Amino acid sequence: MKKTILKLEGVSKRFGVVQALSHINLEVRTGEVMALVGDNGAGKSTLIKGIAGIHPFSKGKIYYKGQPVKINRPRDSSALGIEVVYQDLALADNLDVVANMFLGREMVQTPWRIDEASMEKACLATLEALSVMTIHSVRQPVATLSGGQRQAIAVAKAVMWNSEVVILDEPTAALGVAQTHQVLELIKRLADKGLAIVLISHNLQNIFEVANRIVVLRLGQKVGEYIAAETSQQEVIQAITTGRIPRMTVQNGN
Amino acid sequence: MVTKEIAQETENVHIEKQGSQTSGEYIVSYIHRVKTGDLGSLPIILGLIAIAIVFQSQNENFLTARNFVNLIVQMAGITTIAYGVVFVLLLGEIDLSIGYVSAVAAVIMALLLKGDPASNVAGWHWFPAVGAALLSVAIIGLLQGLIITNFEIPSFVVTLSGLLAWNGVVLILIGGSGTVIIQDVVIIGIANYFLPSTVGWAIGSVAILSYAIIKIQTNFSRKSQRLPITPTPILSVQIVGFALMVSTAIYICNQDRGIPLVGIILLTFLVGFTFLAVRTPFGRYVYAVGGNKEAARRAGISVQRIRVIVFMISSVMAGCGGIILASRLRSVDTGAGGGNLLLNSIAAAVIGGTSLFGGSGRVSSALLGALVIASVENGMNLLGLSSGIKFVITGFVLLMAVLVDAISRRSRNQSGLA
Repeated sequence: MKKTILKLEGVSKRFGVVQALSHINLEVRTGEVMALVGDNGAGKSTLIKGIAGIHPFSKGKIYYKGQPVKINRPRDSSALGIEVVYQDLALADNLDVVANMFLGREMVQTPWRIDEASMEKACLATLEALSVMTIHSVRQPVATLSGGQRQAIAVAKAVMWNSEVVILDEPTAALGVAQTHQVLELIKRLADKGLAIVLISHNLQNIFEVANRIVVLRLGQKVGEYIAAETSQQEVIQAITTGRIPRMTVQNGN
Repeated sequence: MVTKEIAQETENVHIEKQGSQTSGEYIVSYIHRVKTGDLGSLPIILGLIAIAIVFQSQNENFLTARNFVNLIVQMAGITTIAYGVVFVLLLGEIDLSIGYVSAVAAVIMALLLKGDPASNVAGWHWFPAVGAALLSVAIIGLLQGLIITNFEIPSFVVTLSGLLAWNGVVLILIGGSGTVIIQDVVIIGIANYFLPSTVGWAIGSVAILSYAIIKIQTNFSRKSQRLPITPTPILSVQIVGFALMVSTAIYICNQDRGIPLVGIILLTFLVGFTFLAVRTPFGRYVYAVGGNKEAARRAGISVQRIRVIVFMISSVMAGCGGIILASRLRSVDTGAGGGNLLLNSIAAAVIGGTSLFGGSGRVSSALLGALVIASVENGMNLLGLSSGIKFVITGFVLLMAVLVDAISRRSRNQSGLA
C-alpha cells in the first residue's frame, strides 16, 4: 500500500559559499505523513524549495514514481503532482473561497466567461470530501475566515488539482489549539486518502500526533530518520540539537 | 477529552448548502451583512436621496425632467473616465494622466475631422478619426504601463510626468488658434442627440427583458447544479424593481427632450465593464492582483501583463471621456483636460465606493459617484453659489464618502470580517 512516490538521492544545494544542503536522501511515500524537523537554518525550507522547483538543487537525483525527473521551475513540480502550501498561504483576501480555489485555473464556459456554477460545485465537492469544517458559505471573502479555515482552504486548493504529494510548510504555526487540531485532522484524512504528505513543523507534539515518519535535519544534513511510533520526543529533540553529523543513524522500518 | 469533542464537532458541522434559502433568510442575511459593515451601494443611494431633498427644498427646478436630462449629459464625461479609474484603483495603483490623455484624444479626433483646408487636405470620416484618437491614447496607456511595470516605478510618478507631458502635447497640437471647432454631425450628436420616445421605450424593454432572462437563467443553471439559488419572491422583486426604475427614468426623460444618446452609451459601458470585471478571468485577475499580488503570481497569473492592460483601459476610457466632453462643447480648446476633470473622475470612483488601496470596488461605483458629483455641482449651479463655496462643498462630499467607507470598514473589522 505505502509506495515510494518521490525519492531524493544525494541532493545538495549550495548558495555561493554556503552549503545549505549536503547529500540528502529522502523517500516520500503515499498514504503517509512524513514530518521534516530541524532547528532554524537546518535546511528544511531549502529542501522543500528544491522539491517545488523554486531553488532547484545543485546536485543529486530526483525520482518520481521510479522515473528520474528534473524539477527546475515551480511549473515542473505541479505538473508532476506536487503542491506546496506555504506558510503565508497565498490567498487573495478580497476574493471569495471559490475564486481563490480556482485562481489562475478558472473554468470557463466560452473563452470569455467564467463558469461560476461549475466552479462552485467542484469547490463544494472538494471541501466536503475533505470534511472541511465550519465554512458558512463558499461565496464569502477569504478575509472573513478564521486562521484554521484559511489553512484548510489553502490545503484544499492544493489537493483539488489531482496532486499526489502535498508539502505543508508550518501549517499550524499561527493557529490556536482548536484550529490546530482541525488542521491536523485534515492532514490525517489526506494521508488516509492515499496522498503523500510532507509536514514541516516546529511543534513536536503536533508532529507526533499525525506523522508516520520523522526526518531530522541539522545544518543541512540528514541526521536521523525515525518511525514516529517507535521513538520519543526526547530522542527527536536530541537529534535536532546534537545530532551526530558525519554518520547517519537510520532506523529503517518496513 | 477536549480534543475529542472538537473532533466530533468538525465531523458534524459541514458546509451549509443545498436547499434554497427562503425569502426571510435572504432578507435576514442581507440585514446581517449591512450591520456588519458590508454596505454595498446603500450609503451612496441614501446620499443621493439626501442631495435631492436638500437641493429640491432650495430650488424647485432641481427635480425636473429638464434638469434630469441635463444631469445625464453633464455627468457623462467624468463617468466614462471614472470607469477606467475603477480598474486602476482595483490594482491599488493610480493614473494621474487621465485628464490630459482625454484631451489628447479629443484634439487628435478634432484635428483629423477638420483636415487642413489651407493645403487642401480633406477632413476624415468620424469613424476612423475616433479610431485613430483611441488608438493613440491606447499607445499612451501601453507606454505608461510598460514603464511602470518594467522599471518598477510607482504609477503615481510615471502618470504625474504623463500629466505634465500630455498637457504640453495638447497645447502643441492645438497650436496658435487656441480652439478647434468640431462640425461633424455624428460626433456632435454623441452628447447632443436625444432618442425619440418610442426608441427609448424599445431600448428600455430590451434592457428589462435581458435583465429578467439573465437573472432567471442564472437561477436555473444554479438549480441544475444543485447550488443555492435566489428565492423566487426576491427574484421577482428584483426584476420588478429594475423594470420600474428603467421605466421611470425613460418616462422622465421623455417628458423633456428624450433619453440622451450619451446616457445609453454610459449604460452600455457599465454593462460591458461590469461583465469584464466580474465574469471574465481577466477581471478576476485584476481583483486578485489588487488583493494579493504574491498570491496572483504564484497562481501563475502574469501580473505585469494585467497591470499594463489596465493602464491601457484607463487611457482608452479617458480618451472616450475626452471625446464625449468635446462633443458636448462642440470644440476642443487649450483648457481641455484641465481644471478639476482629473480629480473629479478619481473622486467619482472613490465616492462610489472603490477603495484606493486596491482589491475592492465595482464598475457601477463610477456611475454612482459621478452622479453624486454631478448632482452636487448641478444643484449648486442652480442655487447660483460662488465657485469657492462649490469647491468647499465638493471636497466635503468626498470626505464624507471616504469617512463612510472607513467607518464601515471598522465595523467589519469589529465583527471579524476583514
